[in-house]
Amino acid sequence: MRGITVTINVLVLSAILAYIFAFIAGFCRLSNNFFIRKITAFYVEIFRGTSLIVQLFWFYYAIPMLFNINIGSGLMAGVLAISLNYGAYMSEIVRGSILSVAEGQSEAATALNMSRFQRMRLVILPQAIRMMLPEFGNYLIQVVKATSLVSLIGMTDILYHGNILRSSNLSMAPTVYLLLLVFYFILALPLIFLSRKMEDISKKGVASE
Amino acid sequence: MNWRWDLFFEAIPIVSKGLYMLIGLTFSCFAFALIFGFVWTLLKRIPIKPINWIVTWTMEFIRSTPPLIQLFFIFYALPTLPYIGETLTFSPFICGTIGLGLHFSTYISEVYRSGIESVDNGQWEAAKALNFSTAQKWTKVILPQALPPTIPMLGNYFIILFKEVPLAATIGVVEILHLANTFGSQHFRYLESLTIVALLFLIISYPSAILIRKLEEKMNRRFDKKEVIQESKGAVMNG
Repeated sequence: MRGITVTINVLVLSAILAYIFAFIAGFCRLSNNFFIRKITAFYVEIFRGTSLIVQLFWFYYAIPMLFNINIGSGLMAGVLAISLNYGAYMSEIVRGSILSVAEGQSEAATALNMSRFQRMRLVILPQAIRMMLPEFGNYLIQVVKATSLVSLIGMTDILYHGNILRSSNLSMAPTVYLLLLVFYFILALPLIFLSRKMEDISKKGVASE
Repeated sequence: MNWRWDLFFEAIPIVSKGLYMLIGLTFSCFAFALIFGFVWTLLKRIPIKPINWIVTWTMEFIRSTPPLIQLFFIFYALPTLPYIGETLTFSPFICGTIGLGLHFSTYISEVYRSGIESVDNGQWEAAKALNFSTAQKWTKVILPQALPPTIPMLGNYFIILFKEVPLAATIGVVEILHLANTFGSQHFRYLESLTIVALLFLIISYPSAILIRKLEEKMNRRFDKKEVIQESKGAVMNG
């Protein structure tokens, strides 16, 4: 079972990038600037409105052709598509949790003469992040599932090797796919427990309405 | 930038032919998921510990493994099984329905469960006090209250499902992504045909997402109102 490293690489890279995109987009949607808000809303709606697999194909086949650039290997396209897609989904969570921190908290921070940045960093975010955690855990499991798609754009991940194994010996198909499913399940298992634990954490100490 | 409008317009009619298939498959998957979601919910309510445990983990397994591999399993692996392989050979369309339907049924069953749990405890007790049989209790009291609030959530899952259906292209269901890829490989240009696919998805799923949001607001208002009325009644009675 080679290809595990590729799968895990894609997973880690796209998860990190997705969180970064989520926070950037989430904050931009809350910005006071009209244009920044609209542009991010556009990005989020585009990526939420189309299917991940279509985006993957688009990044891999269409973008290099459209701009005449070489996007590099499938890794780049795969990671970008997955992270932009889930970044868009998670930015909604970032936005939602920041908005759901009670109004009084930010008023209190203003009363303490904190700057806008201090207010966000010291008061709002610590509470908002707790609310985001369980949903982030759930989306991480979704990202794990999404990494299986990169074999479709020619990356030599675990599913790709599984397919080769199957085509060399047809009677092995059930074993191969069962192993793959179990592999992904093992990958997701700690995340399931993690997101359950996060749910417990998130219930404590949040001032929400 | 090298965009070719002639190919774009040439591809539109060809690619949109797959739209019927896409929507058809979405509906059949969703129907399968709705029915199977009920089965999961029922199985989960069996009050025997080991069974409950098995059901929970089976659901967790189906939910946290990639639907792509599940599709491959159903399409490639099941027919090669000894003894029962013959009967388990399906067409790509049926495979897609079962694979994606099963995957989403685990999500749908959670929706049902949350709906059932949201029914007030007093309703159960009231049904019991009125000497309803189990079947009556479910059909007359619990389900009519449990199901309507879940409709917006089910709608959301419908849209998510719609976006997952192109996965079925990989096992040979001829829908828009499949047609776009074929068109692309014929002309050695994937740009235009894939863009059409993305646009079609956007055109369909964005308005439906707005529709669902409206529905959700409407539902929320309706149920809030009911509660307010009940509360005010309670206040009057207590007063």
